Amino acid sequence: MALVKIQNLTRLFDVSKPWLNRMIERREKAFLTAVSDVDFQVDERSTYALVGESGSGKSTIGRMLVGLLPPTKGTVEIDGIDLANETDDAKIDKIRADIQMIFQDPFASLNPRWRVRDIIVEPVAARGGNTDGLAEKLLEQVGLSVMDAGKFPHEFSGGQRQRICIARALASEPRLIVCDEPTSALDVSVQAQVLNLMSDLKDNFGLTYVLISHDLTVVRHMADRIGVLYLGRLVEEADPQDLFESPKHPYTKMLLEAAPRMDGFGREVTPPDGEIPDPINPPSGCAFHPRCPVAEDICKRDRPAMRALGGARVACHLAD
Amino acid sequence: MVEPVLSLRNLSVEIPTRHGIVKPVDGVSYDIGAGEILGVVGESGAGKSMAGNAVIGLLNPPAHIAAGEIWLKGSRIDNLTGEAMRRLRGKEIGMVFQDPLTSLNPLLRIGDQLVETMLTHLDISQSDAEKRAVSALEEVGIPGAAERVNSYPHEFSGGMRQRVVIALALCAEPSLIIADEPTTALDVSVQAQIIALLRRLCRERGTAVMLITHDMGVIAEATDRMAVMYAGRLAELGPVRDVLSHPQHPYTHGLMASTPLASAGKSRLHQIPGAMPRLDSVPEGCAFNPRCPYTTEKCRQAPAPRPESTSAACWYPLAREKAS
Amino acid sequence: MSEIPVPVRPKSRLRIALESDVFFSFRRSPVAVASAVVVLILVLSAVFAPLIATSNPFDPASLNLMNGFTPPMQPNAFTGETFLLGTDDQGRDVYSTILYGMRISLFVGAAAVAFAMVLGITLGLISGYVGGWTETIIMRTADVQLTFPSILVAMLIFGIAKGVTPVEYRDQMAIWVLILAIGLSDWVQFARVVRGATLVEKNKEYVQAARLIGRTPGAIMLRHILPNVLSPVLVIATISLALAIIAEATLSFLGVGAPPTQPSLGTLIRIGQGFLFSGEWWILFFPAVTLLALALSVNLLGDWLRDALNPRLR
Repeated sequence: MALVKIQNLTRLFDVSKPWLNRMIERREKAFLTAVSDVDFQVDERSTYALVGESGSGKSTIGRMLVGLLPPTKGTVEIDGIDLANETDDAKIDKIRADIQMIFQDPFASLNPRWRVRDIIVEPVAARGGNTDGLAEKLLEQVGLSVMDAGKFPHEFSGGQRQRICIARALASEPRLIVCDEPTSALDVSVQAQVLNLMSDLKDNFGLTYVLISHDLTVVRHMADRIGVLYLGRLVEEADPQDLFESPKHPYTKMLLEAAPRMDGFGREVTPPDGEIPDPINPPSGCAFHPRCPVAEDICKRDRPAMRALGGARVACHLAD
Repeated sequence: MVEPVLSLRNLSVEIPTRHGIVKPVDGVSYDIGAGEILGVVGESGAGKSMAGNAVIGLLNPPAHIAAGEIWLKGSRIDNLTGEAMRRLRGKEIGMVFQDPLTSLNPLLRIGDQLVETMLTHLDISQSDAEKRAVSALEEVGIPGAAERVNSYPHEFSGGMRQRVVIALALCAEPSLIIADEPTTALDVSVQAQIIALLRRLCRERGTAVMLITHDMGVIAEATDRMAVMYAGRLAELGPVRDVLSHPQHPYTHGLMASTPLASAGKSRLHQIPGAMPRLDSVPEGCAFNPRCPYTTEKCRQAPAPRPESTSAACWYPLAREKAS
Repeated sequence: MSEIPVPVRPKSRLRIALESDVFFSFRRSPVAVASAVVVLILVLSAVFAPLIATSNPFDPASLNLMNGFTPPMQPNAFTGETFLLGTDDQGRDVYSTILYGMRISLFVGAAAVAFAMVLGITLGLISGYVGGWTETIIMRTADVQLTFPSILVAMLIFGIAKGVTPVEYRDQMAIWVLILAIGLSDWVQFARVVRGATLVEKNKEYVQAARLIGRTPGAIMLRHILPNVLSPVLVIATISLALAIIAEATLSFLGVGAPPTQPSLGTLIRIGQGFLFSGEWWILFFPAVTLLALALSVNLLGDWLRDALNPRLR
């Protein structure tokens, strides 16, 4: 059963100069296409990972998923309810409690002037729910001490702060948690602790995760299904096993090849060519064609549609 | 034995604070030879960057070198005056930082920055310097170098900018480059390009490189030897192949095991209990003892022995075959 | 269990304040301690003026015109009374008038800053958080107002207010009009600083987390952003207080401020300057020194606070 259903999701950002400058310089409005025609589904109680480099639109998708940003086109349905177009307040309120988010920077995601107890119970307190002993219970569940409830965020290390963020995310008993680079600000040994905690909580509470990350190793460890993004477009979607052992899209291949390996002593890789193009003026056809080693004429002309290939889905004219 | 380019002898850095003296670097010794890349790994707060800053004389007061010596090509540099150190920086030691934007002056064309650096440190004419600037950019793989010397830093992409920084660090032909997290801000595909570039330049010119990073994968691919730091101290030092495949220090072993890569296929990652101690509360004896599975009474009392050329700072180093 | 919990009792806000870096740097800065002591003494003597003053200068019954122009520490030729700081033309004890004058100066200054602060913070928060046209209108208004010297704005408001109040209420209203005038000329810098800080804070993830929960913009601004933009506001408030006290003195000196029946330090200086060249220097000198000490120490305190709260300067 799919908990999250995303269709033709597109998001543009207005990056035009101010109105007066445009009038004087006679420029058109300029738009940055952060997300372009993305669709995928996330099954209940599974972990769906979105990977991509900077500018791939993964964080923008995450923010549209939780309703922090309205889509320009397309729909995000969570449990059949579309937050951007739903008019029934009761339904919106219910679905808001079902979605939570864990952010990247554990130093910016906790209000420095609030005590930990107040931070953790806010999702419940804001709805007028009963918060007696809730913070203490959640702190223990994420491996912190009951004594910590009265402290301020600055008294904690990065890993402990991320645990507090997780506790806050759990407070409203959500079904879906969107994790935006949850461990990229953490050291390796702390990352292991946080990832293990996330796995345990998922099993204990039957959570569904959408994991956003640029780190292929984290994604491989955590995900049940992986979507690879390039320049705002979903280029490949597959199970971890398939994706890492037989990547179909040339971009996925390039990404896997370029990622450093622990056993790659003195490995001489031919580094990939070029860098990610400007999202304001993306290349025609397939966005990857200027860097693609196998590109043909059709790749410059037509944008490839997503098609099924084995257990995977891939947006490439030439993949087989 | 060839003389190393850089040699740290028992280096300690101290910071006096309200709550007493903390030691972000505590008795660290290692050498880097010509044409060698030494990787320095450690978690945040382990002192890896502080050691690099001490070498280039860029410690922020009140931090200062409290003990030990730093030797560069046979001469001692830790007791140099500010002016002498400034001349040495740039001439003998090049620097590459995490954020390429902060290392470049946004108001100067990159060609002018290269020429200025060369004129300061090398005995060459203006026109020679201008020619060398173009070839320096070509060497780091910037396409159309002849035109690009007239561009400003903001006209380059992140990866290209880091190449410019490397060209700038190399243009005075230093014998040592300190690269502090040079690829952390870059995407995977660009990171691979920068690593390949650093390795090629190091090999071709015989420059010694101190590569400071937290990424084990980068260390494995880029470096010849590696030093693992923990709470300001050296935990393990040795050829990268030995240290990564057969770590002898329980900390290195735990660190390696906790990367998701090493646990592929397992449902849980290996965990080291606890967290690295804050620098103002480093435990007695071996700094790792409260988190170590093999701790004995000895570890709680006596500081671990300093690592020799290739071993771990541990009373009970893991046997080669046991750790795999 | 992975991160070892250390059982520590939660600290009270007082403990946190006493252990903070700000308090530490306060104790280490002789200038800050000295100015704090001066401010404290002046504020306390203003507050407890009725207890420590020798007479009430606002009570005409206690005045004796015969005591006029008595020099400090010398017995009056007619009555034989001695006054610590002398008397003015109407025989009012200068020491007491300073204490009472300081009361008015401090009250007007503090109330004007409080008014400017509330107005500035509200408009700054709204323009920073809401953005768009709201922001444009608020901030452009602020820009326009900044092009006029604040004393001019204050005089303008004062003039208008004086015109619309009935004559019999003018003396009573004068103080409140002063507060309004100085406050209105001062809100811009609060609004600017708060808007800047709000722009930074609103993109932080804790604000997004609050939005995600479904908190209203009002609750987010008040409960989340406001506590985090207050430290720069505190610095500006302190420095504004010194400026407001001086602005009040200037207005009073120019004769558009506190009436002679309720003299502030500025009014006292205005009265005193008329006697400076006839040799009665003390009528001017002592209020002026008090004003200087008050404004200077408040300003020094503000300077120190700015350095202490700005981590980049340390």
